[in-house]
Amino acid sequence: MKITGAQALLKCLEEQKVDTIFGFPGGAVIDLYDEILASDKLTHVLVRHEQAAVHAADAYARVTGDVGVALVTSGPGATNTVTGIASAYMDSIPIVVFTGQVPTGLIGNDAFQEVDIVGITRPCTKHNYLVKNVNDLVPTIREAFYIARSGRPGPVLIDLPKDVMASRIVFPEPQQVKMRTYRPTYEPHPGQIEKACRAILKARKPVIYAGGGVILSNANEELTQLARNADIPVTMTLMGLGGFPGTDPLSMGMLGMHGTYYANMAVANCDLLIAVGARFDDRVTGRVDAFAPHAKIIHIDIDPTSISKNVKVHIPIVADCKHALTAMNTWFARSEEFTAAAEKENHLAWLKQIAEWRAAHPLGYLEEPGVIKPQFVVQKLHELTKGDAIITTEVGQNQMWAAQFYHFNHPRAFMTSGGLGVMGYGFPAAIGAQMAAPDRIVIDIAGDGSIQMNIQEMATAMQYKLPVKIAILNNGYLGMVRQWQELFYDKKYSATPLDVAPDFVALARAYGAVGLRATKPSEVEPVIKEALATKNLVVMDFVIAREEGVYPMVPAGKATTEMLLV
Amino acid sequence: MKHTISVLLQNKPGVLSRVTGLFSGRGFNIESLSVAPTLETDVSCLTLVTAGDNNIVEQITKQLHKLIDVIKVTDISEFEFVEREMALIRVKAEPSTRAEILRICDIFRGRVVDVSAKSYALEVTGTCDKVQAMIDILRPIGIQEIVRTGTIAMTRASKKY
Ligand SMILES: Cc1ncc(C[n+]2csc(CCOP(=O)(O)OP(=O)(O)O)c2C)c(N)n1
Ligand SMILES: [Mg+2]
Repeated sequence: MKITGAQALLKCLEEQKVDTIFGFPGGAVIDLYDEILASDKLTHVLVRHEQAAVHAADAYARVTGDVGVALVTSGPGATNTVTGIASAYMDSIPIVVFTGQVPTGLIGNDAFQEVDIVGITRPCTKHNYLVKNVNDLVPTIREAFYIARSGRPGPVLIDLPKDVMASRIVFPEPQQVKMRTYRPTYEPHPGQIEKACRAILKARKPVIYAGGGVILSNANEELTQLARNADIPVTMTLMGLGGFPGTDPLSMGMLGMHGTYYANMAVANCDLLIAVGARFDDRVTGRVDAFAPHAKIIHIDIDPTSISKNVKVHIPIVADCKHALTAMNTWFARSEEFTAAAEKENHLAWLKQIAEWRAAHPLGYLEEPGVIKPQFVVQKLHELTKGDAIITTEVGQNQMWAAQFYHFNHPRAFMTSGGLGVMGYGFPAAIGAQMAAPDRIVIDIAGDGSIQMNIQEMATAMQYKLPVKIAILNNGYLGMVRQWQELFYDKKYSATPLDVAPDFVALARAYGAVGLRATKPSEVEPVIKEALATKNLVVMDFVIAREEGVYPMVPAGKATTEMLLV
Repeated sequence: MKHTISVLLQNKPGVLSRVTGLFSGRGFNIESLSVAPTLETDVSCLTLVTAGDNNIVEQITKQLHKLIDVIKVTDISEFEFVEREMALIRVKAEPSTRAEILRICDIFRGRVVDVSAKSYALEVTGTCDKVQAMIDILRPIGIQEIVRTGTIAMTRASKKY
């Protein structure tokens, strides 16, 4: 029996175990929407802007560990997805984005709502396709899902001309995807594992530097085992938070530009740096030649291009983090040279040194009577959710305060646009996360600027009864840019004061949501408690210290030891 | 340093722009590039010449390999190899210079491929250096037009990798 391309696509989604997609319709995908209406297996979440569909799919993927899916129409629908795709690409998040396209016969004609989205997204997708022949449709979709979720994950885009959706085919039998040109390496080289383990045995001042790869490969337990067994302190990147318990005594929190004093000092003075699923981003390294200058560097990464790209690596291990860490743990378990007691002894002085750094400059902030400090809000959120919420963030100071003060103990609980830094990511991401985890508390820690970039999604949250909580750290500024202007541009606040802003509480009510406001410290806890007790979308407007800064801070281009402190 | 890199890729629409986009997007340079089908009809061979220190060339080969449609990447310069380039050169030909032009052409084992009352068009094949040398020698006589191919290259059979 022959079915249409649109029907085949839905069958493919079912085959890939996709039950939720985020999208927005238009002429080019109307055939697909016709099928979606008829399907009882697929939940479609109608967003209010296509960018939000992609961010929501991104967060859905992060929470579930599987592929997120977005569907949009041609032309403007497709171009609106670019920011979301680029963000997922930078953060290695597996998503598949379906875009409508004008009929094949019109491609290249500057037809109505035609855009070369495959050309536009070539540099920000892991791979992309234009399906010109309906016979290629199903194999392409299978390949796309395989590529998105395997190796170093990433976004894949499939462009679907309208006539291809209407053409008929016999649905091909399910088949394992086998590609001649793409075979990621999962298993580490045993020789490299041995070298790495021997380097750990020799080290007296080791540091584990864990990135998003630990979370993507579900390697948090293996990492925790290694760190605790060999008594190695751990620092995490923004993307790596939750990959190791943030409240563990061995955790030094985040490193880099807004990392802790002790994490940055530890990296600068370590004799062995064990990078796991991290990519030596400039926000982490600061001035490259001053980054871990005395250290031998082990780098575990599934993507060979990440290795020795920014910083020369001594022991490269191209592998999936989970596989590599398992191999290391096994090597230690079998080795007669390794004992946990000896490692403890070996690192005693080092951990004492780190404790001294921590005592000298703990992560903190100055309290001011009568004024809400943003860090206090994040601490209260942590306390009142027992550290168990899924936190998404916008971008700017709000993002850094969330990263610093919500001590993530579990992976897949922190969603932020790390690599691209997209203002407007957090709220749609919270919607995606809540769809993936209906019973969890999901909070978007937001800035007053960023939240306005996708605030229209309040309608989406209301439509699907998603009880997302938005905590706006309202400083009346594009705060992070203001902070740079304060520090490096003589306090000339060009275009950063948000002099005109909506009344967020009234705005929430306009959408049928709940709006709450706190203007003094004593109101913070009651507002959060009320929000958590409310089974509805809630906007919490925290009017915070206007010119609070994020500290520590490593000025761009400086060594990570040259920190501005609280 | 110059590197000659050979890339086998799946012959699909847009592959070439994936390769060139990679170079422009990451600020790598391409000195020359040539593409043609191989024995397998759905596989093309792309030869490109690029310059950069070892780190850059290592990144280039890794990044190329990361492209989904790329089958194999070889930095041919790491092996013994032969390379060829071809040029078509139109030179002004006066009665007084004709013999000289033909002699130069002969020395470089070139061929005359077009003749007019006022010009010769010559074809020359060889390494990039040889082609350049011939151009340099002809220049004082008056070159009117040059078209050059990119380099193509192949590793020597005895040192097969
Ligand atoms: C889409 C986008 N545009 C611009 C920027 C640059 N930018 C980074 S942080 C920031 C300020 C964000 O302001 P707000 O959301 O109020 O957060 P705050 O820093 O005040 O917490 C800006 C403009 C960005 N990251 N993303
Ligand atoms: Mg702000």
